[in-house]
Parts: sequence; C-alpha cells; structure tokens
Amino acid sequence: MSSIGVVEQTAGKGAAKHARRRKNRATGVGSNRRGGWVTYTLLAIVLLVSFYPLYYTFLLASSDAQTIAQNPIPSLIPGDNFIDNARRVLESDIKFWQALWNSIIVAVITSVSVVLFATLAGFSFAKLRFRGRRALLVFVIATMAVPTQLGVVPLFILMSELGWTGKLIAVIVPGMVTAFGVFWMTQYFEETLPFELIEAARVDGCSMIRTFWHVALPAAKPAAAMLALFTFVASWTNFFWPFIVLGSTNPTLPVSLQLLQASYFKDFSLIMAGVVLATVPLILLFIVAGKQLVSGIMAGAVKG
Amino acid sequence: MSMNAAPTVPPKAKSEAERTLARRTRLNHWDRKYSPYLYIAPFFIIFALVGLFPLVYTAFVSVHDWNLIGGKGEFVGMENYQQVVQQPLFWKGLRNTFSIFVLSSVPQVLIGLWLAAMLDANLRAKTFWRMGVLLPYVVMPVAVGMIFSKIFADQSGMANAILGNFGIDPIRWHADVLASHVAIATMVDFRWTGYTTLILLAGMQAIPNDLYEAAVVDGAGRWKSFRSITVPSLRPTIIFVVITSTIGGLQIFDEPRMFDQQGQGGNDRQWMTVTMYLYELGWGAQKSFGRASAVAWILFLIILIIGGINFMATQRISGTGSKGDK
Repeated sequence: MSSIGVVEQTAGKGAAKHARRRKNRATGVGSNRRGGWVTYTLLAIVLLVSFYPLYYTFLLASSDAQTIAQNPIPSLIPGDNFIDNARRVLESDIKFWQALWNSIIVAVITSVSVVLFATLAGFSFAKLRFRGRRALLVFVIATMAVPTQLGVVPLFILMSELGWTGKLIAVIVPGMVTAFGVFWMTQYFEETLPFELIEAARVDGCSMIRTFWHVALPAAKPAAAMLALFTFVASWTNFFWPFIVLGSTNPTLPVSLQLLQASYFKDFSLIMAGVVLATVPLILLFIVAGKQLVSGIMAGAVKG
Repeated sequence: MSMNAAPTVPPKAKSEAERTLARRTRLNHWDRKYSPYLYIAPFFIIFALVGLFPLVYTAFVSVHDWNLIGGKGEFVGMENYQQVVQQPLFWKGLRNTFSIFVLSSVPQVLIGLWLAAMLDANLRAKTFWRMGVLLPYVVMPVAVGMIFSKIFADQSGMANAILGNFGIDPIRWHADVLASHVAIATMVDFRWTGYTTLILLAGMQAIPNDLYEAAVVDGAGRWKSFRSITVPSLRPTIIFVVITSTIGGLQIFDEPRMFDQQGQGGNDRQWMTVTMYLYELGWGAQKSFGRASAVAWILFLIILIIGGINFMATQRISGTGSKGDK
C-alpha cells in the first residue's frame, strides 16, 4: 500500500546498458571529463553535510539531557551515555523489542511475497503469450501512478470487518504485491531471458511451472534481489498505515518511535537513542547491500 | 500452484497407450493456455482487494454519513464535500501541502542535477560517492522528522545556534508558517535528494557522447553544454522525477506529523498537511469517515490534475529549451 510509493520511483530500461557501454570512452570532453579536486572537495562537503544529521543523532544519544540543553551545537566527540540511554529506551513502555520483531516479520514477509508474485507475473507478461497481455500490462503500469494510500478509510473498514486491526496481517496483506515489482520483473525478463531457453525446457517436457522454477527463477536472481531490497527498505520505513491500523498496542518500529517522541519529548538523549536503535539495522543493511541499491535505482531510471 | 501439475509421464518413457498420450496433450494444452493467467492472478487479485477497491470505495464512503464507531449511516450526497470545503482548516492544509511540496521538490531537482553532473565526471571510487549520497534514503521518515525537529527547535536548536554565530536572529521554526515549511522541506530533501540524483545520473549517462563532442567543436563551455545538451536530453527523466515526487509529495504525512510532539501541525495548524487533516477527520475527535473520504477523494483528483499539468509543463519548458538552443 503506502509502501509502494517509495519503491515506485524507478522505472524503464536501457539506461544502465548505455552507462556500461560508455565506460570505454574515457575522453576529456563533455560529461566524460576527469573529476578535478574541486569536484572531489564539493562532493566530500555534500557527503559530510548529509551524514552529519546521523552523527548528530548519535552525539545526542550518547549525551544527557542537561548537556544537550546547554549546548545547542553538540561537541564533535560522543559522550559515554549511549549504553545507558539505549537501556532506558529498551526498558521504556514503547515495546521496542516487540516493535523490532514486528518490523522484521513484516519486512521479510512482504519482501518475499512481492518478489515471488512479481517474478511469476513478470515471467508471464514477458515470456508467455496470451490474450489481453498488452492491455493488462498497460493497466499494471498505470496503477504505479495511483496513490493507493488515499484508500485508507475503506481499507481500515475492511480490516475492522475482518477483525485484523492491531494485527500484523493488516500491514502484511496490503504490502504483498506492488505494481512496480511486476513492472520491474517484466522488464528484466524481457531484456535477459531468451525465448529459446524456455522453448528448450518445454520441448524437454517441462510444465510451465517447472520452466518457471528451473529456468526463469534462477535467471531472475539479480533483479529479484534488488526488488527484495527496495521492498524491505520501503516496509521498514513505512509509517502511515501501520500507525493507523496497528496503533500503540502492537507497533512496528516507526510507530513505536512516534510513541517515544510523544511521551518523552523533554529528554532528547533518550529519544535520539531510540532513533539510533531503530536506524542502525538499515544502516548495516546499507553497508552490505548499498551497492545493489545504487545500481537498482540507476538501472531503473527512465528512458523515453 | 499445485493445481497446475506437471505432466505425469516423463517424455522419454515411450508409452504407447493412446489414452495417456491424449491426456498428456490435453494437459499440455491447458497448461499453455491457462498458466499465463494463473501467474498474473495473485497480483491482480490482491491489488484489486487492497489497492483498487479501497480507492474506489472511498467515493462511496464519501457520500455517506459514516462514523468510525457507528459505522455506515445514511446517504448524504455531497454534504461531506460541502462541509469539507467550507472548513478553513482544509484550505490551510492544502496551502501547507503545496508550499512544502514546492519548497522541497524544486531544490531537490536542482541540487540533484548539480550533484549528478559532478558524479557524472570520471571519478575515482565511483561507488563510494554514489552510496554516500544515497545513505539518508534508508533512514525512516519518522526518524528524520525526530532528528530535524530537534535541529530546528526554536529555543535550543542547532540551526538557530549556527545562525546566531553569524549574527542572525533566531528563526521561529515552529511558529512561523514559511519557516516551518522550509524545515519540513529540508527533511524531505535530506532523505530523497540522493535518490533523485542517482536517477538523474543514470539519465545523464545515457546521453550519447557525440553530442558533447559536437558542442565542444562549436566552442561551447561546460555550463553552456550542460544547459543546451544535458538538461534537454534529460527531459523524460525530469518529467518522471517530478511526477513521482508529486504523487508522493502531495500525500506527505510522516515528517510534518513528527515535527512536534503533538502531531497536529502546530498551534495554528501552520504545517498541517491534507493527509494529516484526513487522519484527524477520520481518527481524531470527529471520527467521520465520510468527511475523511471526501478529503481523500479531493486529494486524489488534485494529484491527477497536478500530475497532468506537471507533465505538460515539464514537456513545454524543456521543449522550448532545446529548440531555442539549436
């Protein structure tokens, strides 16, 4: 649902291909100029500026309320209260561990589900011929631009009817498929999976589903991994819908962070410790898989 | 999936029984004919239930007297809409939403272009720089809101302290309308500028080098070739960025919600957005699903219209740009 919005931003094909081709032409003209020290310096400044708020958060999280109140600009050296503050977050009534666990459950299940259904549908759209294929594909692409978040009221009514409010399933089910995922996998299969491979499997007597399982799915691994990453990030950071349907009794991390701010607004060392705890998992993921996120965004950039 | 069983007879086992053969052919035929639909079905079914149906049903709820607790009441026609558009709060929310949207997306695209142009140079450690600009993207908006509401605190915030060092009077980030919008726009851009930069960068890398070479031959400088080649060639990419940021930006909720402790959009509702208003109508004191739906439906139409205008405007601006420079 609202998690779709975030992932939506990539679409299209070809850009990455061009980028790869261009590597071979390192000349001194146009945009292929060598980066001079000015460029490096400016980029370094930009990176420092965008990294600083995160470091600032840690500085406050390792400080104490009084020091923070006295120094609007924190000293660049962290204090030594982080463990203490973190413990206070964990012992507070925001249910941090439960929220962490909920966030992991929701993010993992939606990622697996989005990838599975998107790969199935993408395989079908890209490599199988059937009536209505074009129209249905156009429909999928059109729905990428639909702000489904605006359907919250009926969705909430639906979840109440089902008795799902306050339960994780109310967040999981609306996140199980994304139009973007289907589009993404369709594109990938179109570009990379040759028809011959599928026909060969068919001639060997494979059923469609076995062809999918043994031929298409292995071929889809790189794109599927990227899709899983983006879905995971989108799910982890999603707030609006979990906030409405889960509430404070069974929160995900963003919902419990919101509680933290609402109840402890005077103690910024505590609040920022909470922010650090909720953010670190994705920072770690980023260190491991950030490269894939970068190439995913760039491969998806629009062309034409 | 188990319904779609594999043919039971292995191809090499030359069973001469004609019935088996016929069955196999028939199964195979069905497999070919219906599998494609079976594979796309999960997406369409789930999307219809949790995406499309709620959106369409919003229109139905919006013409009823509908309450969070009491449930569906009687048909009231356009009454919810009338009440909503008579509320000054609704217009305030609309104003705030647009203001925050413009204040965030214009700098985002401009800074994105600038950063992308730098990253497009032949750099060492390309991946490092690209990952660097993307890092804030993995921070949840709620956390961004909490961090920046402290940085922009009126009394003890870092922003004012830094300004104070330059002899500038403290800005009332949480009291002034425009200042609060700037603060929230900063949060949005903190998280999204890197993402936009990478999309623009990919677009730049797809521009054929011959164009730049021709420009150099014509004596164009770096700025000139950026303006007359890079920007016009990026037209589709820019349209794409602007349209997607419109869809997301006009629904903004997380950052303004977290800008203070109450989450109401300020004492005078100076940074309350339309989606915050929607939430308040539905789940706040009024608990009126009918009116919340009316707001949702109005916002939906606005997003469609703005998306269309964006599309045409971006096309025209970039279009004349490339024509003028030829």
